[in-house]
Amino acid sequence: MRVLALESSCDESAVAVLDEKAGLLAHRLFSQIALHEAYGGVVPELASRDHLRRLLPLVEETLKAADSTSADIGGIAYTAGPGLIGALLTGAALGRSLAYAWEVPAVGVHHLEGHLLAPMLEQSAPELPFLALLVSGGHTMLIDVQALGRYQVLGESLDDAAGEAFDKTAKLLGLPYPGGAHLAALAENGRPGIKLPRPMLDRPGLDFSFSGLKTAAQLALGASGPDAQHRADLAFAFQEAIVDTLVVKTSRALEQTGLERLVVAGGVGANRNLRERMRQMAQARGAEVFYPRIEFCTDNAAMIAVAGMWRLQAGQQEDLAIRARARWPLDGLEGAANQGKIPIKYE
Amino acid sequence: MRILALDTAMEACSAALLIDGRILTRYSEPGRGHAELILPMVHELLAAGGAGLQSLDCIAVGRGPGAFTGIRIAMAVAQGLAYGAQLPVIAISDLAALAQRAADKHGVPAVLACTDARMNEVYWGGFNCPSGGLVECFIEECVSPPAAVGVDWSGPWVAAGSGWAAYPHMAIAPVVDAALLPRAEEIARLAVRDLAAGRALPPEQIQPVYLRDKVAHVTKSRT
Repeated sequence: MRVLALESSCDESAVAVLDEKAGLLAHRLFSQIALHEAYGGVVPELASRDHLRRLLPLVEETLKAADSTSADIGGIAYTAGPGLIGALLTGAALGRSLAYAWEVPAVGVHHLEGHLLAPMLEQSAPELPFLALLVSGGHTMLIDVQALGRYQVLGESLDDAAGEAFDKTAKLLGLPYPGGAHLAALAENGRPGIKLPRPMLDRPGLDFSFSGLKTAAQLALGASGPDAQHRADLAFAFQEAIVDTLVVKTSRALEQTGLERLVVAGGVGANRNLRERMRQMAQARGAEVFYPRIEFCTDNAAMIAVAGMWRLQAGQQEDLAIRARARWPLDGLEGAANQGKIPIKYE
Repeated sequence: MRILALDTAMEACSAALLIDGRILTRYSEPGRGHAELILPMVHELLAAGGAGLQSLDCIAVGRGPGAFTGIRIAMAVAQGLAYGAQLPVIAISDLAALAQRAADKHGVPAVLACTDARMNEVYWGGFNCPSGGLVECFIEECVSPPAAVGVDWSGPWVAAGSGWAAYPHMAIAPVVDAALLPRAEEIARLAVRDLAAGRALPPEQIQPVYLRDKVAHVTKSRT
């Protein structure tokens, strides 16, 4: 089976073609970062408008790059939530209608399931079950991935997501939008010394809280002005605090579940410091850690294709109603008959 | 000639299939949930007309103005169907579709179509309608405060659309039909003319006409 997938849940328009035997054939992405930069954040209406401009040309381009025609496509997957409702509906309406015209099944995919399954795009894909740390601008979650489609959320952020805290603190430091990656780069020149709290480490449980850390960073910045080295030191301290918190809670979750495989997914999963510290922690525990390649940490359609392919192969498909959900709890998803089987069989 | 038309721009959700001189229609005013209704309507019409998508000459779609999300649903569905079946698309103004419906219903030579744009504004445009024919726009469509809406027409005309219900004090028209909504039936009929004039486009080239394009303000400090 060959699947065409569309992603439009936030500010990236993306399309991918995935083949069950050959793997990922092509993927394309248009980032709207420049569009939203002037506003300091994603403007939902502008995002929706741009998805409608970009998606169909991306479909055409991706099919061409995958050397595929409509006759080769056995199903269409699209992100059906959670996310910005207007943005989601654009992709869902296009994807569902295209599937109707091609007379192939369509399936709406949970965006976070896509992130969880992104490492399945690699040759060295993890086996199930595994623990997933999903850490991005919108989410910070620890998830027990028991089987495909069966996810238990063990803990999540009670306020800001880790990536959101990165971006907001970057803004305080005067870094360009979106600032997370800029903050990480600035931290390279930072020195240890500034003390920031490690939120919720002293409490049991696996929930996170990052908004207080942002406030602490603001106070630390205010104390000594905009000196360049001080800002680098603060970036260093901030990143250390986030990474420490994520590593300790993830270690705790591995302990609690007895799981031996860890997947770190989502945009913050691209952070080099986080990757190195997770590797050390996992090594010390005798656990294996898996990452999607950097470009599939952030939003993309390849991961939607993986989740979609698996669900289509399990016989799931949408009726003719076009549906999208702004909110959609991950542990409310249903599993399917072929649980445990990884959709792509490389040859 | 075979044209499938769809519209989800305002409170109504509708589809129409113009097939060799006949016109089949589906129409509902659900207020919400257009996305769930539109493809089933399309499917029913194609089945009732015994027509496959590939046998059509084009897809016609209401391109706004109207509710932003609603317009995009119809446009994305039109793009998906047209790209999938390798058909061109004709995008029709929802104000023109509304004017056509009003002109047919009331048998008048001129219509001022005006719909509620919220935020104390309206979308509006003026249309001529030669007797029994298709409307032509002669006051260009725009978004403006209700106070800017006005015409100096001597003959009979109709004020059509939700704008007249939201701002009843606007202009004094001989006949007001504020409950009328644009629908796919008139979009299909207007598309016949555009198709003959060679105005059909590849699906990736059609885009909504929102009229209101300033939807966000640049901020300097937001944390």
